[in-house]
Amino acid sequence: MNALPHPVLNVVGVSKSFGAVEVLSDISFQVGKGETVCVLGPSGSGKSTLLRCINWLEKPDAGHVYLNGEPVGVTSAGVVMNDRRLSQIRTRIGMVFQHFALWPHLTVLQNLIEAPLQVQRRPRAEIHEEALALLAKVGLHDKRDAFPARLSGGQKQRVGIARALAMRPDLLLFDEPTSALDPELVGEVLVVMRDLAHEGMTMVIVTHEMTFAREAATRVLFLDRGRMVETGTPDQFFSRPATERARQFLQRYAAEAVTAQR
Amino acid sequence: MIHDFGIVWDQRGLLMSGLANTALLSVIAAVVSLLLGSALTPAMMSRRRAVAGAARAFVDAMRCIPFLLFAYIVYYGLPSLGINFDNWSAGLAALMLYNTAYMAEILRGAWAAMPREPIEAGTAFGFSGVRLFRRIVLPGLVLSAGPVVGNQLIQIIKDSAFLTIIALPELTHAASSIQSRYYVPFAAFITAVALYWGLCLVVEGGVNVLRRLADARR
Ligand SMILES: Nc1ncnc2c1ncn2[C@@H]1O[C@H](COP(=O)(O)OP(=O)(O)OP(=O)(O)O)[C@@H](O)[C@H]1O
Ligand SMILES: [Mg+2]
Repeated sequence: MNALPHPVLNVVGVSKSFGAVEVLSDISFQVGKGETVCVLGPSGSGKSTLLRCINWLEKPDAGHVYLNGEPVGVTSAGVVMNDRRLSQIRTRIGMVFQHFALWPHLTVLQNLIEAPLQVQRRPRAEIHEEALALLAKVGLHDKRDAFPARLSGGQKQRVGIARALAMRPDLLLFDEPTSALDPELVGEVLVVMRDLAHEGMTMVIVTHEMTFAREAATRVLFLDRGRMVETGTPDQFFSRPATERARQFLQRYAAEAVTAQR
Repeated sequence: MIHDFGIVWDQRGLLMSGLANTALLSVIAAVVSLLLGSALTPAMMSRRRAVAGAARAFVDAMRCIPFLLFAYIVYYGLPSLGINFDNWSAGLAALMLYNTAYMAEILRGAWAAMPREPIEAGTAFGFSGVRLFRRIVLPGLVLSAGPVVGNQLIQIIKDSAFLTIIALPELTHAASSIQSRYYVPFAAFITAVALYWGLCLVVEGGVNVLRRLADARR
């Protein structure tokens, strides 16, 4: 893979084990500005763990993560960062969760405002205005005073995306953002994500939505048993997978899609 | 009998100041023990074994001592170690310390039962340490633990009656001094019971408000 001149995200040789089980093994990749990278792979292949290593929710056993050239989690001197420093960096990496993980005690609008106000300490008026604009963008302006518990899954996830965007992140991470949704609600979330891709947001998206990956991704990473088995353009990956494992994986999805249509 | 209640009515000033003292003691003790408890909870959940162990030991010890005995120790026992209190400070200190353990345990239970994902989202969005606790964890705790904390406040109100033994002029003390002066035990004590009951109804009202707030968010 060619090295990008100024990657937003640079993952270098990241490994992670839980006990004796090696969940990630020497993963390296880069994400350039405006790229939409979809991470695919069977269940248990380490996709979530990889995302969580990027913002150090999980501490990698080995390897480095750089955001815009700055090390995440470990200082250039090789010392583990203190919480304050790490938190600062995390505010530049937005995250969207499979089960939304909205803050239940806050209204929709307050969910968007909370971190920019409390952590980034930007001016309240500016945050407020941006938050309202973001809610309009994801089509939830009228829900701004509702509590998350009163929303549908699709609405919750759109709030989840808007909450991440409110931080003005350099990078957005998505962990299976549509997996917990009823099938008829998946579309409304994918629409928002497609728009972000077109607008040039830099994103790493773990997903099982193959059609979305094929259409929206600039690049695909295929993970299997903790190894990055294959990477390439969606066209390469979906039409001409280079490895046997990727072929099997895609066949299984094709078979499932056919069964689902019946 | 009517005559007895007449005597109690004449002494209403004494009962009312007893009621006010009971309310004051209980509310101060509840607020302070809730604050101390919410500081103790993170210690109980600490990854450092020694810290978690010490906090746990304090909580378990407190919860196994009868409050009456604990009040005796604070008021009569500590002076022999050179620590002297007047009865107000001793009573308050006993109520606060004793209930700190209960509050910490209530909050810990509610914390352990909280869904992990919103807290993790807090971490991912740059919250850490005290700020994570105060902005993300604590509000959820207050909502889910609110009714149990209200229950504990009722317990504190009832426990405060024991402080009559150190001559603290709270409600039970007022009632018993009226009965011993005029020998109207039934009228004096039943009036005190009614006043305790009224106090508990006020607490219940507060708990219901919290419960409604929580329901809107569930
Ligand atoms: N905290 C943990 N402790 C122990 N094992 C873990 C932990 N987190 C994940 N694992 C294990 O690591 C492996 C990879 O998990 P991970 O969640 O990253 O997979 P995934 O690719 O996201 O799977 P899925 O598609 O099901 O979400 C799994 O075998 C899982 O059981
Ligand atoms: Mg996963």
